[in-house]
Parts: sequence; C-alpha cells; structure tokens
Amino acid sequence: MSQGFSKSSVGRKILMALSGFFLLLFLFQHFLINSLSVISADAFNEVSFFMGTNPLIQYLIQPILLFGIIFHLIMGITLELKNKSTRPIPYAMNKPSENASWMSRNMVITGIMVLLFLGLHFYDFWIPEIKTKFIEGNMSGLNESGELRFHEELLHKFTDPIRVGLYILSFVFLSLHLLHGFQSAFQSVGFNHRKYTPIIKKLGNLYAIFIPLGFILIALFHFHVKIRF
Amino acid sequence: MNMNLTLKVWRQKNAQDKGKMVEYKVTNISDHMSFLEMLDVLNEDLVNKNEEPVAFDHDCREGICGMCSLHINGEAHGPDRGVTTCQLHMRMFKDGQTIYIEPWRAKALPVIKDLIVDRSALERIQHAGGYISVNTSGNTQDANAILIRKSDADKAMDAASCIGCGACVATCKNSSAMLFVAAKVSQFSYLPQGQIERKERVMNMVEQMDKEGFGNCTNTGACEVECPKGISLEFIARMNREYFGAKIVSEK
Ligand code: SF4
Ligand code: FES
Repeated sequence: MSQGFSKSSVGRKILMALSGFFLLLFLFQHFLINSLSVISADAFNEVSFFMGTNPLIQYLIQPILLFGIIFHLIMGITLELKNKSTRPIPYAMNKPSENASWMSRNMVITGIMVLLFLGLHFYDFWIPEIKTKFIEGNMSGLNESGELRFHEELLHKFTDPIRVGLYILSFVFLSLHLLHGFQSAFQSVGFNHRKYTPIIKKLGNLYAIFIPLGFILIALFHFHVKIRF
Repeated sequence: MNMNLTLKVWRQKNAQDKGKMVEYKVTNISDHMSFLEMLDVLNEDLVNKNEEPVAFDHDCREGICGMCSLHINGEAHGPDRGVTTCQLHMRMFKDGQTIYIEPWRAKALPVIKDLIVDRSALERIQHAGGYISVNTSGNTQDANAILIRKSDADKAMDAASCIGCGACVATCKNSSAMLFVAAKVSQFSYLPQGQIERKERVMNMVEQMDKEGFGNCTNTGACEVECPKGISLEFIARMNREYFGAKIVSEK
C-alpha cells in the first residue's frame, strides 16, 4: 500500500490550504454582509433572513463551513504537535527572527486566539440562532413587535465595551494569521510564479489588513452609534 | 586584525551520550580565516593539551560538497547568507564575541559525535526516487543529444545545485526537509530524461521523507534564507504540484 494523500505531509499541506481558501471566501462574504449593517438596517435584515432561512445555505453551505473550520483546526493542531516532536533537543542559541516572520512562526497561537473568539461568537450569535430556529421552532426571523430581528440583535451585542474590546483584539489576531496564511495557501497548492507571486503577496497583505480592519470599524461604528443615542 | 573569542561548543562522546555545551577560549584568530580554520586552531590547542578534539564534518572546504554543517550563533551555517560554514569568514565576528556552535538539531538527523550528525536520512530519500533510467547496453545516448529548452535547463541546474547539507532541516522550526526534497524532485522534472519515473519519483520521495520523521512544512521560508545554495521556495511549490498531479491519477 502506498501512502495515502491525506496521510502525507504534502497532501496535508494542500488540504490545509484548500480549507484556508474556503475560509477566506467565507470571511469575505461575511464582511460584505456586515458592511450592509452600516449602510442600511433593512438591507442587513433582509440578507440575514435569507442567509438564515435559505435551505441551500442552511443545510448545505453551513455544514460545509462547520466542517471546514473544524478540519482546519484539527489538522492545524495535529501538524503542530507532530512538528513540535521533530526536534527533541532544542538549540541552546537560536535566532528564528533572522530568517522567518513572527506571523509565519506563530500560526498556531494566532489560530487558537481566533478559535477562542469563534467560541464567543458562536455563543453570541450562532447558538441563539439555532435555539430560536430549531428548538423554539421560530423560523420567521421576526421579533415580538413583528420586525426582522437581526439588526437589533447585532446592535445589542455591540453595547458592551468589553465585548467590543475582545472583538477588536480577535480581529488583530486574525489579521496576523492572514498576513501569513493568505500567501502561504497559494504556495501550498503549488502556486508560486515569479510574475504573479509578488502580486499575490501584496493582495494577501491588503486582504489581511483591510478585511479585519473593516470588521473592527463596523463594530466601532455600532458601538459609537449606541453611545450617542 | 586578530581576535580572541569564547566558544560554546556542543560536546557529545557518541550517539548514546547525553552531551553538553562546553566553553573554550581561542586566541589570535585572524579575520581572514574561515570558520573551520578557526575550529582547526581550537582542535590543535586541544590536542596539544592532550584533550579530545572537537569532531565536525568537512571535506571540500570550498562550498561544493555539502559536508560541513554547524548551527552557529543561532543560524545554520552562521550569520552570513549564501555560504556554507567552510566559506564563512571570521570577519563576520567581533573580537571578544561569544559564539555558540551546535550540531543540526532534528530527530531525523541524530548526533553521532560532537558536531557531526547522521544525514543518511537524506540519502535514503534520494534512493527512494532521486535517479533516472539510462540505457547502459553499450550504446548509451549522449545526454546532450536531446535538446532542452534553455529556461528549463537553467531551472534544473538551479535545483541541482542543492548540496544536501541539511541546513534547511536544521533551520526549519518544523525540521522539515521539503526544500531538499523539492530540489531533488525538481531537478529531474524539468528534463526529458527525468520523465519516465516522474510520477513515482515524487510520491516515493515524499513518502520516504515522511517515514524518516521530518516535520511538515508551514511555509515560513526560513530554509530559503539559510540555504547556502539559494534553493528557491518555487521548487517546493513545484513539488506540491508534482505530488498532487501524481497522486490524483495514481492507481496505487
Ligand atoms: S536545499 Fe539548500 S539547505 Fe537544504 S540541503 Fe540543499 S543546499 Fe542544503
Ligand atoms: S566542506 Fe564542502 S561544502 Fe563545506
């Protein structure tokens, strides 16, 4: 028997990258929808209602997303544990910063920080959603006064300064994770080209800085609005 | 200018010994010396004092054989770039400096004695697929009879300049041998002579690499920086493509 693709170091690296790409796409659409909440509460409500009730998204895309997150997480930790075990005797003197960036060397730390945030995020939004929709059986997306509830729920979460602080911090970690992860995913699937790789690296830096920054600004916007009114 | 240095050197009697860092002083080191010549001075001192000299690997002493190694002051082949330890000049150091000298550290490259590690894991990877089939029946064709696109020949040559020193493994936080294996897979993949075993080569070499207990690449890029021969990460990407392409159609 030859070595299975998903057992091999190269195969796992490719799978890690593919799940990473998927999560990058997910994050981007999440960002677009969040941006709506600043522009128009109604539009945000409509889109949230669609995302929350469309069967294709609920029963196909959502499970894939969950699988993607869990896969990326478990594989990442498995690889890290294996990697840690490959050097039983450490160097007495080592200068890792001479040849590799902090981000590239600490993907597990930044990844775990993002994971902790996801825990909070699930607690805040996903679990209540599941509860309302599937346990209480209320698929209407309406609140007691008969309006779509999503924008109001969002605002509610952004009233607590500690939550907003944690939210911002998490996105800083996400940014650090993406600063390496974006371009690394391309390298892993074998996309390295003298002409295009520099462009991908720039694009990756833009994505890694501006998407998390966007999330942070949206949170601050709602926090600010809440304080004023 | 001559220098006096403090050396902290890893001493280990044999593979079983626990080993430890031992401090030595060397005096009157010329900045024109190579790093290995400085170690020769140390060893001469030790021999004169009836002590066991420090064992380290070396052969050509001109950066082509890949025998020399050493993790010097926290970096594979020391602080300079694009050089092996034998090409490292003492002018990279300052008078009075303390220099840490350690063997490559990786489970797959165990220490045999002092600063010498067993790199046969790299050879076993090479045996698993780093070869081509040639007709040796007496009418062997001249390799130059097959025309090769210049840019492909250049890339093959770039990949083939890997000297198998193992610095990529030593410097990688994951002890990954991907840069080495990528160079060895790539050098043949560009050439017509390498096509026959192309798919098996990459699968077998990657499998052997994993069996030897090297870690997984996370694209930190440290290997490319420390590699004395400037082997590019492009080759790792190429190996990943080769691997994917081979695996997806493989019947095994
Ligand atoms: S890739 Fe570079 S560092 Fe690694 S073995 Fe070859 S020459 Fe040495
Ligand atoms: S001794 Fe041959 S490369 Fe250094």
